[in-house]
Amino acid sequence: MLRGRAFKFGDNISTDHIIPGRLAHLRSNLPELAKHVLEDADPTLASRVKPGDFIVAGNNFGLGSSREHAPLVIKMAGVSAILAKSVARIFFRNAINLGLPVLICNTDKIDDGDELEVDLKASTVKDITNGNRLTFGKIPQIMLRILNEGGLIPYIQKYGDFRL
Amino acid sequence: MGKTLAEKILSQKSGSDARSGDIVIARIDLVFAQDTTGPLTVRQFQACGFDRLANPDKTILFLDHAAPSPNRTVSNDHMLLHQFARQTGCFIYDVGDGICHQIVAESLAKPGDVIVGADSHTVTAGALGAFATGMGSSDVAIAFGLGKTWFRVPESIRIVVSGKLSKGVGAKDLILHLIGNIGADGATYKALEFSGNGLANMSMSDRLTIANMAVEAGAKAGLFPADSTTKNYLRSQGRGDHYQPLSADSDAGYERTINIDLAAIEPTVAKPHSVDNIALARELKGTKIQQVFIGTCTNGRLEDIAIAASLLKGKRRHPETRLIVAPASPQVLLAAIRAGYIQTLIEAGAIILPPGCGACLGLHQGVLGDGESCLSTANRNFKGRMGNPEAFIYLGSPATAAATALSGEITDPREVM
Repeated sequence: MLRGRAFKFGDNISTDHIIPGRLAHLRSNLPELAKHVLEDADPTLASRVKPGDFIVAGNNFGLGSSREHAPLVIKMAGVSAILAKSVARIFFRNAINLGLPVLICNTDKIDDGDELEVDLKASTVKDITNGNRLTFGKIPQIMLRILNEGGLIPYIQKYGDFRL
Repeated sequence: MGKTLAEKILSQKSGSDARSGDIVIARIDLVFAQDTTGPLTVRQFQACGFDRLANPDKTILFLDHAAPSPNRTVSNDHMLLHQFARQTGCFIYDVGDGICHQIVAESLAKPGDVIVGADSHTVTAGALGAFATGMGSSDVAIAFGLGKTWFRVPESIRIVVSGKLSKGVGAKDLILHLIGNIGADGATYKALEFSGNGLANMSMSDRLTIANMAVEAGAKAGLFPADSTTKNYLRSQGRGDHYQPLSADSDAGYERTINIDLAAIEPTVAKPHSVDNIALARELKGTKIQQVFIGTCTNGRLEDIAIAASLLKGKRRHPETRLIVAPASPQVLLAAIRAGYIQTLIEAGAIILPPGCGACLGLHQGVLGDGESCLSTANRNFKGRMGNPEAFIYLGSPATAAATALSGEITDPREVM
């Protein structure tokens, strides 16, 4: 069970919003890079987000670059899951590969600051602030296994290969 | 039922009857990373415990995104990648050797290949009939180590093009028009497959521009059949033996079909801050532009530089508009020098950058100032993309870029031809 506050964003939050190319020189200094998470969408986020909190977004979250640093800095900030109406393909795969759950659901009724409880096994989100309950879509079995192992690297370390 | 290009290629490389929606494991013909994604790829490769590459001769590193390096930390990342190449025997294209996607097109990609790159614009090689897609560093690190990866076989959207583009209208206008219609997530998880009699009028340069931007509609791949244009291009690169014809089956199943009459396309521009926020160039007349950037994996090829030079010949850029040109590869630069285009551009007031990504991603070589606007031939205009979240990026064709450099405001190139 995951529990935390919602940090709400709109549609089309790009990888440049999450961690812009101008900071590429910090990509080998991850603790420093992580201080800039989502800076161009909300400059105050890094100082407010606490371990367990959720990023809640609209459509097409994470569009753009293949940079895995985008989900990585979100994970380093302590975010426990991303909830969005839809997510860009490469970002989705990158987040799962880092063990960061991405849950596809209708986020319209979640407001910024709402307290949420996510049950990954039951595929449900409970908005404790307004009492709403949502279900999120299933992800492919192979991604679920990767997520359950904590990401792609531990998955391959364990199995040595992909398993269908 | 027959197969789409995506289903055909993934069937062959997975040794299975791959249909859209299936999950398959496919062998990889080429895998690469570049200088902003490569260091994490190397670290993930090492974290996984690999000590050798599955296929050193199919594994490539490119130093193109920040080349030459603008600061010591990037220089150290370049050193890390050189060291990895020495240790593992993979090939490295050094600073100045050009943009990864251009080199893949010129020298490496073949019809029917599966190509994976730690760069979202890996889709560019779909122009040659390769199933090419971008992935993150962890996926690419595993592909380095295992020589294979898993794919969800995408549904395909068929784009049928007919006729011919009008004078002053380019492949960039077509792809911006398409993305504007289907939206920046209009093809998420899917492949765009291009077909129709209009393909005969599209050069390899045009196809590379279009396939390159498939990802801006969210697509996993942007695929063209391998035909006589592909054959002639590979021959021109001394790779005629890499050609094999490849096309979708006539009874393949598509999610939907979109018909485009090429003659109806007009010069098109994407406005800040998303690629699907399109308008016609003529509708944006009066929009002042402080920087014009011609180059990138989208539009840094010889044909792009040729059209810009033809519009700028004997003229001078607007005094308040910088003009920056970055050829995509040394091959492009040398050909542009031989053809006299570089001299023409310099005489028109252009700055010529070395082959590489240049100003596209905001690291160096043309970072915008607060409130400034740029007309760029690149593929992205996200807020902050060119190094400054207080700046504005418009995307257009090389012809629109050159016309805009002359007038200092967004200009339909047909006005100055």
